[in-house]
This record gives sequence, structure tokens and C-alpha cells, in this order.
Amino acid sequence: MDLITPDFGLFFWQTIVFLVLLFLMAKFAWRPILNSVRDREQSINDALASAENARKEMQNLKSDNEQLMKEARAERDAILKEARELKEKTIASAAEEAKLKADRIVADAQKSIELEKQSALAELKNQVAELSVEIAEKVVRKELSSKNEQRQMIEKMLSDAKLN
Amino acid sequence: MHGNLEPTILSRSGSMTAQKSLVISLYFTLALAIFPAFTFAQEHGEEHSDLQEAEEEFNATEMILHHIGDSHGWHFFGSGDNSYTLPLPVILYTENGLVSFMSSEFHHDTEGHHVVEKDGMRFVNLHEDIYRLNDGATAVEFDAEHHPVNASKPWDLSITKNVAAMFLTVILMLIFFTSLARHHKKNSHAPSGFNNILETLVIFVRDDIAIPQLGEKRYMKFMPFLLSVFFFIWITNLLGLLPGAANVTGNIAVTVSLGLFTLALILINGNKDFWKHTLWMPGVPTFVKPILAVVELAGVFIKPIALMIRLFANITAGHIIILSLIGLIFILENAGIAGVSVPFALFITVLELLVAFLQAFIFTMLSALFIGMAVEEHEHH
Repeated sequence: MDLITPDFGLFFWQTIVFLVLLFLMAKFAWRPILNSVRDREQSINDALASAENARKEMQNLKSDNEQLMKEARAERDAILKEARELKEKTIASAAEEAKLKADRIVADAQKSIELEKQSALAELKNQVAELSVEIAEKVVRKELSSKNEQRQMIEKMLSDAKLN
Repeated sequence: MHGNLEPTILSRSGSMTAQKSLVISLYFTLALAIFPAFTFAQEHGEEHSDLQEAEEEFNATEMILHHIGDSHGWHFFGSGDNSYTLPLPVILYTENGLVSFMSSEFHHDTEGHHVVEKDGMRFVNLHEDIYRLNDGATAVEFDAEHHPVNASKPWDLSITKNVAAMFLTVILMLIFFTSLARHHKKNSHAPSGFNNILETLVIFVRDDIAIPQLGEKRYMKFMPFLLSVFFFIWITNLLGLLPGAANVTGNIAVTVSLGLFTLALILINGNKDFWKHTLWMPGVPTFVKPILAVVELAGVFIKPIALMIRLFANITAGHIIILSLIGLIFILENAGIAGVSVPFALFITVLELLVAFLQAFIFTMLSALFIGMAVEEHEHH
């Protein structure tokens, strides 16, 4: 059967032709095409990856910003709170001090008033005593010129003393 | 091309012959239903009319085998001395060295009548086999079984129709793919138009054939072979469907050559694991190992043989179906049959377009699979 008997000439040519084809195509077509396709795919993948990275970075940046904002707000709140506390404390301590000072002044004043009063009273007593003595001296000098009067006097004084 | 048919029909009217060649030619030209309503009266060389008068009937087998076989000239249309044939070089290796002459020197004769004398040797073309007549003989003589008795076959390295068609495929591939390569050299953008189609196909071979079968690490080594074989088979298959074209991939010599390339790649690249699994299968009882070795070793060779036969049989079968449908018109001797058989033939031709791709794909796919099995790193059990 001619149909299924391989013909040598055709086999020979097919082998030669295919080897030449393989060599030429590998050198001038397949390698450049495959390399270029691979490079292109690589660059596409790289571009996609970098876009993804950029997106992620953007997201990170955004969340960082939010974090910063949040921190700043918290700090501001803390500072304000502290200031308010400080103010209240200052006012309270000032008021207390003022009160203490006033109390002390009042106490001092009272003390000195007391002292003045005491000394004034003492002086008054002294003067009253001196005056009394002088009066008594004069009275006594005048009254006790007679014996009778002296007795009457003594008796009266005694009765007065008993009444006291 | 109709050398074999002529004697069978010449006994009938000349116009019948004309109708036949017209329909076959038109089919191959247009693949459309054309009723042979018009005839052209063409005078045929009367020298054939007295030959083989016994063969009265149209011989479909001969016609079909003639069409799917190889020939020394590239016939387009017409018959006998009126045929339009591209002469191709006949190259013969004889005991006296290489002899070459153009196929046209046979004057379209394939019956061994026309003797060509060259370098003191005489050659005849007997059903597309070139015989060298023994010294002194001037005409070929046959025995009872129609085998020549006074001639021998030299090594025939002619550029036959199939070889010429092969060259055409190679030229087309070089034009197409160097153009794509040039595009890639110039810029890194995706190509457009036809180059884009080619690149898509190249990527198809890489992503759907090479990488799944051979793995990411090893596929690059085999890409040139796989791409070359895929496009060679596909383009040749498609060209084979054109009118007047050669049936290259439907020729067993061509597929044997291609299959041997796959076999060679398997044998050269088979790793230690592959040979171990082939010759001394691990993990089976010792007495089974020699039996498996025989089976596995046979399998190594049967795989590429299956490739050869699959491609050859599929492409040849397609051509035979189409030619049979056309032949029906002449077997039934009724032009009206063309109305049925030509649309059928058209349908088969469209189917053949699919088969052309499918067979190229399967050949490449299985080559990749077999090579992949040979280079695969087995997990150790």
C-alpha cells in the first residue's frame, strides 16, 4: 500500500525542512517574541503591583493622618482640662490665703484693741485711784479735823463696807 | 493530475471528461455547488484512447489515492497535455551519483511510457515512482502483476509537490513570525491586527499547552519545538484545504518525521526518574518489574507512533471524504448528484477547518505531555 508506506525522499526533506525551520524560527522568531511577551507581562504585573502598593500606601497615609488628628485632639482636650483645673486650683488657693490673711489681720487687730483697752483701763484705774487718793486725802484732811467727825466717818465707811 | 482517469473516460464522450475535470476543478476553486450545465469541448490526446480500454468504469479509488498522494509536478487543472502543472525538480541518487531534471520532462506521463534520458541513464515515471531502466532497456516491461521487471528504483530525493508545499509553509511562517519579532524589537507595546492574532496564538501554545504539561520551570526549553510543530502542522493543514494544494500532513512520511522529533526529544530529555519508571518500576513486586519494563518500553515508542498515525489518518480521512463525495457524481454518472454531494463536501471542508486546528493542537499537546512525562520530577514514594 503506497498510502501507508513512508516515502524516503519526503521523509528526508521533511526532516531537513523541519530542522531548518526549527533553527530559523527559534533564532529569529520564537526567542525574540517569547522574551518580549514575557518582558511585557512582567512590566504589566509590575505596574499592577505598584498601583496596588500606591493604593495601600495612600490608605496607610490616610489612616496615619486620622490617627494624628485623633492624637492632636486628645492632647488639646488634655491641655484644656489641665488649664481649667489649674485655674480653679489657683483661685481656690488664693481665696483661702486671702481668708487666712484677713483672719490674721482681724485677730491681730482684736488683740491690739484688747491690749489698748487693757492699758487704757489700767491707766484709767490708776488715775481714778490717784484721784480717789487725792480726794480722799483732801476729804480726810478736811473731815478729820474733829474727833467726832472722824468717828462718824469711820462708822459710815464701815457700814458701807458691810453693804458692799 | 487526472492521468489515471483519462483512459477510463475517454471511451465515453469527450464532454463527459470535460465535465468531470471542470467540476473537480471548480470544487477545488470555489467549493460551491456548480451544476455541470455547461461543457467545454476539449480535445484530448488520442494517444491514450487505445490504452487500458478494459477499465471502462470511473475508478474512484484511483482518483482519490492520486489526489491524496504525492507527485513530482504540482498540477493545478486541466488534464493530459493540456494540464497546467508547475514543474518541480526531480532529484535522484543513483549508483552514478546525483541526477536531476525537471518533472516536466515526463510530459505528464505517469504510466511509464515517456522515457527521460539523462546522464546516459533512462528514467520513467510509474505512478509517481521514478524507475531507472536497466542499461540497454528502452521501454519498461511489466510482469503479470504490473510490476516493472527491467527497472530499479533509485533513491528519490525530488522536490515533490509535498516538499514544495512544505517550503511554502516554511516561507509563510518565516514571513509571519519574523514580522511579529520585528514588531517586538521596535517597541514593547502589544501588536495590533494580524500580528496580534499571531501573538495570541503563540501565547495560547505557551499558556494552554506548554506550561500545563511541562511546568513553569522547564517549558521554555521546549517552546521552539512546540511552537514550530504547532504552526507548521496548522498552516500546512490549512494550505492543504486550498484548491490544488498538496496533502502534506496527510502523508505518513511527513508525520513519521514529525513523530520522530517528539520521540527524539523524549529520549534525549528523559531524566533518571523517567528511565527508572520505564525500565524498573519502583513500588511493584519484583516479578512484575520485567513485565512492566516491556510494556513501558513499548509505550515509549507507541506514543509517538500514535501521534504519527493520528495526524496522518485524520487529515487523509478528511481529504478522502471530500473526494468521495465529489466522486459520487461520477460513480452515479449523474450531474444532479452534485446538488447533494457538493454541499456535503462543503460542510466537510468547513469541518476540516476545525480538524486542521484540532490536529495541530492535539499533536502539540500530546508531544508536550509525553515530553512532560519524561522530564517530570517524580515524588518519591
